[in-house]
Order: sequence, then structure tokens, then C-alpha cells
Amino acid sequence: MPLSTQPQSGNDEYVLVASLDNVRNLSNILKAISFKDHAIFNATQNGLKVTVEESKCLQANAFIQAEIFQEFTLKEDVVGFQVNLTVLLDCLTIFGGSTVPGVSTALRMCYNGYGYPLTLFLEEGGVVTVCKINTQEPEEPLDFDFCSTNVTNKVILQSDSLKEAFSELDMTSEILQLTMSPSHPYFRLSTFGNSGNAHYDYPKDSDMMELFQCTKTQTNRYKMSLLKPSTKALALSCKVSVRTDTRGFLSLQYLVRNDDGQICFVEYYCSPDEEVDEE
Amino acid sequence: MDCVATGGNVKVLAKAIHSLSRIGEELYLEPTEDGLTLRAVNSSRSAFACFLMTPLFFQRYQAPPDQALRCKMPIKSVQTVFRSLSSLERSVEKCRIEMNTEQSRLRITLHCKHGLLKTHNLSFQDCESLQAVFDKDSCTNMLRAQPRLWVDTVLHFPPSLEEVSVSVSSDRVWLRNHVEDDADSSKAMMTELCLSSEEFDHFAIGSQTSITFCLKELRGLLVFAETAGLPISMYFDEPGSPVVLSVSDSVLEANFVLATLSEDAHQRNHNNNKADGPRAGLPPDDFMCDDIDSYLIAMETSDLAGPSYEPQPQSSSTNHKSRLLSEEEDEEEESVERPPNKKFCSLFFGSVLPASSQLTNQTVQSQEVLASDSEDERQSD
Repeated sequence: MPLSTQPQSGNDEYVLVASLDNVRNLSNILKAISFKDHAIFNATQNGLKVTVEESKCLQANAFIQAEIFQEFTLKEDVVGFQVNLTVLLDCLTIFGGSTVPGVSTALRMCYNGYGYPLTLFLEEGGVVTVCKINTQEPEEPLDFDFCSTNVTNKVILQSDSLKEAFSELDMTSEILQLTMSPSHPYFRLSTFGNSGNAHYDYPKDSDMMELFQCTKTQTNRYKMSLLKPSTKALALSCKVSVRTDTRGFLSLQYLVRNDDGQICFVEYYCSPDEEVDEE
Repeated sequence: MDCVATGGNVKVLAKAIHSLSRIGEELYLEPTEDGLTLRAVNSSRSAFACFLMTPLFFQRYQAPPDQALRCKMPIKSVQTVFRSLSSLERSVEKCRIEMNTEQSRLRITLHCKHGLLKTHNLSFQDCESLQAVFDKDSCTNMLRAQPRLWVDTVLHFPPSLEEVSVSVSSDRVWLRNHVEDDADSSKAMMTELCLSSEEFDHFAIGSQTSITFCLKELRGLLVFAETAGLPISMYFDEPGSPVVLSVSDSVLEANFVLATLSEDAHQRNHNNNKADGPRAGLPPDDFMCDDIDSYLIAMETSDLAGPSYEPQPQSSSTNHKSRLLSEEEDEEEESVERPPNKKFCSLFFGSVLPASSQLTNQTVQSQEVLASDSEDERQSD
């Protein structure tokens, strides 16, 4: 395996080179999807898409557009690899992930192609750390086949209003029930826990509701354990779009503003908790 | 029942529930013509707290037509509703509490900013009324001070400290940490504070005395009194009879009734600490005859502990009951009742209980085991 310690020797050998002046623009958004170790990276000319999945029921995608990077060079149309996300995040925050203004870690991320490690050059205050993370065979991400034409209900909310609700959710409830309806209760989150049940209702004319497009009353249940990781994305975001399709699949799209005011997206798909007929 | 609290009163209500959560694990709710009462008692029944929110506290208050509506529920579930005080203050405009007896649900609705509506339907159990028997007006000693003074005083004691002793003379109050009898007094740190009568808003001492009680509940009340900005009054007599901590204004009243260490135990303790003990050599089975039990706060709903797990102290319980209980207990209540926890034992048994090596009496042995069991049970909770 070639262990090049000469980053300045040119980019010729790399199929992917991505540079960032502030590594937090990448690490923060990856934290929003870090609930499993394995992350599938997929780079195209548009940017980087990172996918994490759980139990074939939940998928989280983080999109970091090419424009976010100071340099984003791709030799091939598509470059895909898989790495351990926890390890990657540890490396990205190796300098402590300081939030002091004016102090930031710069990153140069290089990938040499199939079978090579992902190489990170991190620099802060003149100190350079080189990390090599072994890549894994990329798996095929699940296709949730969530298409906008099948969307029955959609709302866009300011994240603050949902943050409060999610922080207070009764975690003794196994499921979170989501009701979206063109009539009352419009948008409702319900839990059914040990001490009773709780409903959080958002009226459609609330200041927090930026968009309300519900065509049909729909009530679906989602496993609380599956939705729990999405609160990380919610915490970072300023707006969230909640959509359900005809099959009851849930799509949560989070608009995240980074330190430099640029916009990225994080998306969660979750399959509904089907009730199995007891025979 | 149907009542609505608005604005700052929602926070007061929330604080009251947080205070009660320091006392016991269940919240007893009883709406009456006089207002909504919220009560809690600790598992060893040595501490009791009661808040009364009068109808004027609420924007709307409707007591149930039949007076017999009483219920209890795990206090944790109610705390969940009022979890974040900052968000309550920031966003909650109105809180409505309704009781649906048919479904056995207590519905708490929080009307928040931006139209957000939070509805909690909590399950509850019917229960008997919970009331401690106390008469604070007959107490010979009374101190009243701003919550700030109490907070500043209590601050000097470490958070781990369980009991505090308050001694009063005609013009001074001393507070000191209570050191267990069995603790090595040479290693124990003693903290003592002296407050002059001038620091108090009201200072009426009828008899010079010294009482010892748990600090935890006082701290709980302080949390409430400080937010509400209400002075705390302390009523007490001789050691062994309960101390009543009271807070009130025109729309609400709170009473915390705490057991104090009884004379004998206290005396022994005091003597041991001061090493001048003429009474230090009390018989080891002193706790059997039990003045201590008789000073437990009597609850109408239940006895100390069921005979199934506490064979011997039955007699003392009955004794205690005949002396202080005014109503028979509810059976269901008894079945869920727990043996006294260890903390309580340290206050009521531990300090008068001799070292286990000296024990010859089988029942005393079983008593000890009992205490450790309840400790385990609490941990597994």
C-alpha cells in the first residue's frame, strides 16, 4: 500500500481531493448522521453524499455540495467508498474541534481509489496531522423509493418548535405517532408511554409553520429508537421539512446552516412501524 | 375538575411539583372547594408535604361536584409535563388541568406560543385522602425568614449532609450538621452557624430546644420559596415532634411536615458528641419501646408497614396507630407500601440501634435485613 507522506507531490494520483478551510463544515454535518459506524461515501461533481443506515428501516444522508469545499476535484464521474464514521469523526476533530472564532482546523481529504485508504491532512496553527483510514467495500445504499409525486402530506417547520417537542418526548413510548391532516389536528406528534399518552399539536397557521400542504389525513407510527438519531440533525438545523408518502414512509429533511452561513442538507428516511396481524 | 392557570402561576405550579418530587414518588391530587391540593409523602412516612392552590390562584377553577375525588400518580410522569422550567417560562401561556374520572385520566394541556398545544393524558389511581396530623399553631417556637436567609444558611452544608440540627435560645439560632452516633466523631467535620434573632422577620421562642431533621426536604421547599419569593416559617416544639415548614401568600399555602429525631436519640447523640453523657448507656433494645415510632407523622391512608415483612414492630405500629391515626387504611395502599428506606432508618433506628454484634434479639436482626432489602429495592427502581 503506498504510504505517501508527500501531500504536496501533486494531486495526480488521487481520484478525489477535497479541501476545507474549516473542518467543522464537514464534521458537524457528519455528526448529524453518526448513529452507526459504517458510512457510505459517494462523491460526484455535485459534491459529497454520505449515507448511514440502520436495520434496513432508517437511512440518513448528508449532502455537502462541492461549493462548500475550497477545492473539490474528482477524476472520475463517481467515486464511492465506505469508512468507519466514528473513526473519521475522531480524526476530523483531532485538534479538539475548537469553536473559538478565528481558530479553525483546515482539512485536505484525498482518496486514491479502490483499495486505498482515505487520507486526511489536518492542520491547525502550523501543526499537521496525517490520518489514514482504511476504506471498506462500499455497500449499496437502500433505495427507499421516496418520490415527491407520491407525497401525500408535507409541512415545513422552523426547527426550534420541533426541538422542544423532541427534547420532551416520552421515551418510555416505543413509537412516535405522526398525524398529518388537512383538518384538525393538522400536525400532531403522539407518544404512548408508561404514564399515559401525550399529544403535541401544531396548528397550520402557526408562525412556526412555513408550509402546510396536507391532502389527506394520515396517521403513521415510527419506532422511537429509529427516530432518536434524527434529533442530532434537528439540533443543528434551522428548518425541517416533514413529508409522508402514500405508503406511510417518512422523510425528514433538515436545512443546516454552517459556520460560514452556507446551506447543507441532511435527510432521514424512516419506514413506518407496521402492525403485524396477530393470528 | 377543571382548572386553568396562566402566566407566572404555571411556573409556580411546576415548582411546587418539583418540590414535591423531592419528598416522595407519588403525587396525591385532591381538588376541593378550597382549592387544589397537591401532596406527597416519603416512603418511610417521615416527611409530608402539601400545597394548596386556592381557587383564586387559577384563572378558572371548578371543583368536582362530588367531593370524593382523590387520586395519585407517579410524580415523575407529572414532572415530565413540567420538565423544562425555562421553556415553561418562555413559551407556556396557559395550563389547563382536567380530570376525567371515567377514563381515569388526568389531562394537562399546555397552551404554548405559536399555537403549539401540548396535551398529556396521565393515568392515575384512586386513593384515600392523605393528610398528616399536625397543628402548627400550637407550636411553642416559630421562626420566619426570607428564603434568601435560609438558602444562604443551607449553602454552608455539604450536599451529602442528610440531617441538620437547629437549636434555639431566646435571641439566637444555631444550625449544625448532625453527625451519626456510630460515626467516628474525631473524623467528622462539624459545621455550625449562628443566626441572630434580628435576621428573622419573626422570632418567637417559647422554649429553648434543639431539633434534628432531614435537610433534603427543606432544600426542596427552598427551591419553591425562592422562586415564589415567599418567606418560610418554621414551627416546632420539643425534639421528636414534627417540625412544620410553611410558606403562604394570598392564593397558595404550602406545609412541609418533617419528623425530628426523638429526645432519647437526640440526647444520646448530643452527649456522645459532647462527651459528657450521663445518659449514654441506654439499654440496647431502646428502640423497641419506641417513642420514635409514635412521633412519626400519622397518615390517614396507611400505616407504617405491613405485618408481612415487619413482624415485630407490628406492636409499635399498632401502638402508633392507636395514638395518632384517625382513620383506617385503604388496603390497596397497604399492599404497595414499602418498608422504610435506609435513610429513614438512619434517622429513626440507626442512631439508637446498637452495633449488630450486640444484637441478641432475633426481631432486631430481621429489622436490619429489612432495611438493606429496601435499599436494594430502591436501587433497582
